[in-house]
Amino acid sequence: MDLSTVILLLDSSVRLATPLLLACLAGLFSERAGIIDIGLEGKLLIAAFFSASAAAYTGNVWLGLLAGVAASMVFAGLHGLASITFRGNQLISGVAINFLAAGMTVVIGESWFALGGRTPQLEGAGRFHNITLPFAEAAQGVPFIGPIYHDLISGHSILVYVGFLMVPLTWWVLFRTRFGLRLRAVGENPAAVDTAGVSVVGMRFTAVLIAGVLCGIAGAYLATGLSAGFVKDMSAGRGFIALAALIFSKWRPWYALMACLLFGLLDATGSLFQNIQVAGISVPVQFMQALPYILTVVILAGFVGKAIPPKAGGTPYVKEQ
Amino acid sequence: MSEAARNRLTKGLTDLAFLILAAAIVYFALRWMTAGVEAMIDPVTPGRGESWPLWAQIAQLVYLVLASVLTIGVLSVLVFFRVPNMRDAILVPATSIALAIIVTALVIMAIGESPLQATQVMVRGAVGSGYGWGYTLFYATNFIFTGLAVAVAFHAKMFNIGGEGQAAIGGLGVAIVCLSVPWPHWSLALLAATLGAAAFGAAWAAIPAYLQAKRGSHIVITTIMFNFIASALLVYLLVNVFRVPGSMAPETARFAEPTHLPSAYDIAPWLGFRRSTPLNVSFLVAIAACVGVWLLIWKSRLGYEIRAFGHSQTGAVYAGIHPVRIIMLAMLISGGLSGMMALNAVMGEAERLVLDPVQGAGFVGIAVALMGRSHPVGVFLAALLFGMLYQGGAELEFEMPAISREMLLVIQALVILFTGALDNMVREPIERLFLRLRKGA
Repeated sequence: MDLSTVILLLDSSVRLATPLLLACLAGLFSERAGIIDIGLEGKLLIAAFFSASAAAYTGNVWLGLLAGVAASMVFAGLHGLASITFRGNQLISGVAINFLAAGMTVVIGESWFALGGRTPQLEGAGRFHNITLPFAEAAQGVPFIGPIYHDLISGHSILVYVGFLMVPLTWWVLFRTRFGLRLRAVGENPAAVDTAGVSVVGMRFTAVLIAGVLCGIAGAYLATGLSAGFVKDMSAGRGFIALAALIFSKWRPWYALMACLLFGLLDATGSLFQNIQVAGISVPVQFMQALPYILTVVILAGFVGKAIPPKAGGTPYVKEQ
Repeated sequence: MSEAARNRLTKGLTDLAFLILAAAIVYFALRWMTAGVEAMIDPVTPGRGESWPLWAQIAQLVYLVLASVLTIGVLSVLVFFRVPNMRDAILVPATSIALAIIVTALVIMAIGESPLQATQVMVRGAVGSGYGWGYTLFYATNFIFTGLAVAVAFHAKMFNIGGEGQAAIGGLGVAIVCLSVPWPHWSLALLAATLGAAAFGAAWAAIPAYLQAKRGSHIVITTIMFNFIASALLVYLLVNVFRVPGSMAPETARFAEPTHLPSAYDIAPWLGFRRSTPLNVSFLVAIAACVGVWLLIWKSRLGYEIRAFGHSQTGAVYAGIHPVRIIMLAMLISGGLSGMMALNAVMGEAERLVLDPVQGAGFVGIAVALMGRSHPVGVFLAALLFGMLYQGGAELEFEMPAISREMLLVIQALVILFTGALDNMVREPIERLFLRLRKGA
């Protein structure tokens, strides 16, 4: 493998990792606040659909992004209503949200566009285009660093940079602000937070809605950055891979970045090379596809470092009388 | 006959009489209302490219709300005076389903179609002919198995989302059994395939179960992961191992003729089933599974232990119930039931193993178990309803192309949402109402 192939592979990994990363950070906010979110997949999908629809309708990708985020936040609000307000089962609510998105996107899409669940192809200002960072052209000639800067770091859509900037931002918010401390406390010991006079319901709703915003950006990137329009079931399990990455990273932002890049790399390898030889044995492509899930099960099993979720995760908070 | 027995009998008979009376009232009232609304909106049925007048849509919505209120109202009176302990078993799910129906109707209206006409097409398509019944009951068979699987796990307070993967691997078991032995008769093949399907499905549930029992790994997450692993494994095996040499299709060879399960047409052609009907004897296996699960959960020691464990884990431990054993057994039974779905889909219908033999039935099982309150009778009825929805939905797509098949997913999601996640939203007002009525009475 020469340098250009490696860069091609890594470039593709970065693109594929971005939606995973945004969805994973969404799950991070939600689960750190004690609300398990297996509806990431559904929120990605509904956001992808509405962003592509709005972008196709208005011809403006920023309005598309707005619509996608709004749709995702509506679903996040529904999840909050079920699991916070009515203290329902968070897992069941997540399952319902995934099906609702899978069904709604096609039913509404057929009704609006009649293209078999697709939205019209996005062009021009209807898409997020790749941006060239300053000096990328000039630096291209520099050996080694030049191609890396020009091909790998520069030349992505703006949402990719947003996604990567979200990692330090998430870390800072969660671990360096009072809001973050309270958010994490709500996920570990909500009764203590309540005693301190902070609204558990308010904190949890905030966290769930932040998750909605991040999933909305991820979905918009899927439909308007990574591809040029919505296709039925286009999230294709990415919400679940993000969930896997969340567990893999043990609910920590920087590790989430690593996990998402790893899973993005696996995805890119699987699609770039049909056959991979490892130590003389050919690895089937299906194994590469299943690897994120297998790794997550191994991590969950606790054989390679134990993944301990936030303590109050999954349990609705009932205020003391 | 002792006095107590006589009293019980009298009460049972009176309850039954009241039930029939209530059903008759609801039935005739609904018929009368439906006919009225139909007569109202029929003259304004829009042609191609036109849309419904707003008043017709509103009339249908009002009709739907009134019909729900009437049905729930009569049910409430019946439950309140005759069987107050059945409140959670009858009234709460009925209300949840009414809410799901109303929201579905709103969605149908939003895309410019008439919910009343859509319902008529679905009902006619699902139960209006032998052809329809053949498919309805075929789908119901799948959903009974996956619904029972989720229900058994629910009793141990575990959420098995892995039905999809367990059923796919169960299909692998069926294929191996059917392809490896030259079976002389279908009954022997069915027996062996049942064991194979259950064993493979249970094996696929065993690892998540073990990790939950021994290592505390969250069963929901591991079973989701195992669904994806199962689908990748199945693709690999069908492409590289089981594919017929020279064929491009990723599927196994067709099973030999003697393993063909008698279809409803073979058994009872006089009931109007067509030759192509997919309904087959595994429907009877599904009914037997319902009885088996009922015996297991309510009449056996293990079932008692499973329910006790599901109710209170710490309490169960004090009662000498071993958590690891219960988690493992409940999940193995659950996985086995999921796997048995493949009898119907793989052995009964396709007669070969194809990519994605489950087609989402594993997930429908979640809705079915929630709607059926994890009771075999409820699961059977809910599976039947979902069978009608799936078959009716296919007809709907044919007759009203504006409503795509994915409408089923929306309905499924709403049922899961209202009967599962928003349970408290429905239950608490009903509980309060009952309390107030009891104080007043």
